[in-house]
Amino acid sequence: MFRNQYDTDVTTWSPAGRLFQVEYAMEAVKQGSAAIGLRSKTHIVLGCVNKANSELSSHQKKIFKVDDHIGVAIAGLTADGRVLSRYMRNECINYGFTYESPLPVGRLVVQLADKAQVCTQRSWKRPYGVGLLVAGLDESGAHLYYNCPSGNYFEYQAFAIGSRSQAAKTYLERKFENFTDASRDDLVKDALMAIRETLQGETLKSSVCTIAVVGVGEPFHILDQGTVQQMIDAFEIVGEQEGPDAAAGQEASAEPEQGAGAGAGEGVAPMDI
Amino acid sequence: MTKQQANWSPYDNNGGSCVAIAGADYCVIAADTRMSTGYNILTREYSKICKLADKCVMASSGFQADVKALQKQLAARHLIYQHQHNKQMSCPAMAQLLSNTLYYKRFFPYYSFNVLGGLDNEGKGCVFTYDAVGSYEKVGYSSQGSGSTLITPFLDNQLKSPSPLLLPAQDAVTPLGEAEAIDLIKTVFASASERDIYTGDKIEIVVVNADGIRREYMELRKD
Repeated sequence: MFRNQYDTDVTTWSPAGRLFQVEYAMEAVKQGSAAIGLRSKTHIVLGCVNKANSELSSHQKKIFKVDDHIGVAIAGLTADGRVLSRYMRNECINYGFTYESPLPVGRLVVQLADKAQVCTQRSWKRPYGVGLLVAGLDESGAHLYYNCPSGNYFEYQAFAIGSRSQAAKTYLERKFENFTDASRDDLVKDALMAIRETLQGETLKSSVCTIAVVGVGEPFHILDQGTVQQMIDAFEIVGEQEGPDAAAGQEASAEPEQGAGAGAGEGVAPMDI
Repeated sequence: MTKQQANWSPYDNNGGSCVAIAGADYCVIAADTRMSTGYNILTREYSKICKLADKCVMASSGFQADVKALQKQLAARHLIYQHQHNKQMSCPAMAQLLSNTLYYKRFFPYYSFNVLGGLDNEGKGCVFTYDAVGSYEKVGYSSQGSGSTLITPFLDNQLKSPSPLLLPAQDAVTPLGEAEAIDLIKTVFASASERDIYTGDKIEIVVVNADGIRREYMELRKD
């Protein structure tokens, strides 16, 4: 109702105590093509759907290596994502130069979040229109974080962002309890399954998705198309036997998932969760 | 009124010698492992050799604190290059980067005398030799450091092409095999450590070829 009066710039509060420009930025994330992440005790897998503008063009890069132990998958304004990846890479390089040790992921996501917050409190700036799934390994284990345009960040066992991510989240909610002790290959298979959910019937091929892995003894790298296709072929058969699982039984998730649903006017402001 | 003299110097010379020889499909880079200051030995087991990229290795003698800082700078720049280009830096590219990095500190130089060795994009061995402020040249072989005055004339004798003006005409130098080059390095260091007090203890020999990078050591005089 009153949205249009208070949404002109990011430094204007609405009477309900919301910053609409920031919420609009989160909307941009939902419009981007899907990106998912899941982790076990020792590995994290990132995956994304490759959406090209047209048949003639190539798809945009959505997964970036930040350092040997950190990688990021983005959804939303990929240009903003690229710029933030460059910032993250610089931070890792500078930290490594000074301390001769890898930048702990927890530190990096806080710096990223603070950088995003600045854009929510300057009249001459706009919020970053990109959500980042940051996957990283440090002394305290494997971590998966989600960084919002609002400047909030959350840690997850598994998460999905972007368009049709709810389908992937439903799948992940069903399976997440097994992730902690899952093997690396099972984790990749689950990632592919989750991506398949977002494709809504479209065939899952290695040309349609990108998968990246980071884990103990395994520096961050993007899997090559051949390997991904092999894994798809391996479980596609199993998938047929299992049959499409009943969509019923969407249990309320115990994991700290964001109630991303109501981004629009009414309901709880997403960034307050 | 005499000119004011500095009461301390930011530099120190930790001594040591470096050599590199380029072959048709390999490159050998070697340095001794002695680190000294004045007439004292700080350690007998310090590596002056640093791998900068997949096919690019640098050996540096001089002030090792500056050498370490230089190596870290180049490593960080190489990371950035890899992020931007999705590949490793080639040896000639690294050679230019090293030159630029050195000249950047033209008015407070890195006290570092470098030899860069590796394979170029075609897989041929290449050696680049530098002064402290970045002047560099691609050569077939080079030596830097405290023993260079003893080593270079010997390498010239063995490796330099004879002048075309000589009479009677002499054959051009035959290409050196990898094993012969390593042997020459060992001979050259053994000789240098006889008369140069700053060279000795051990040689670290790094060989870069199509199969990758491998490392060898040889004992030298400890005195």
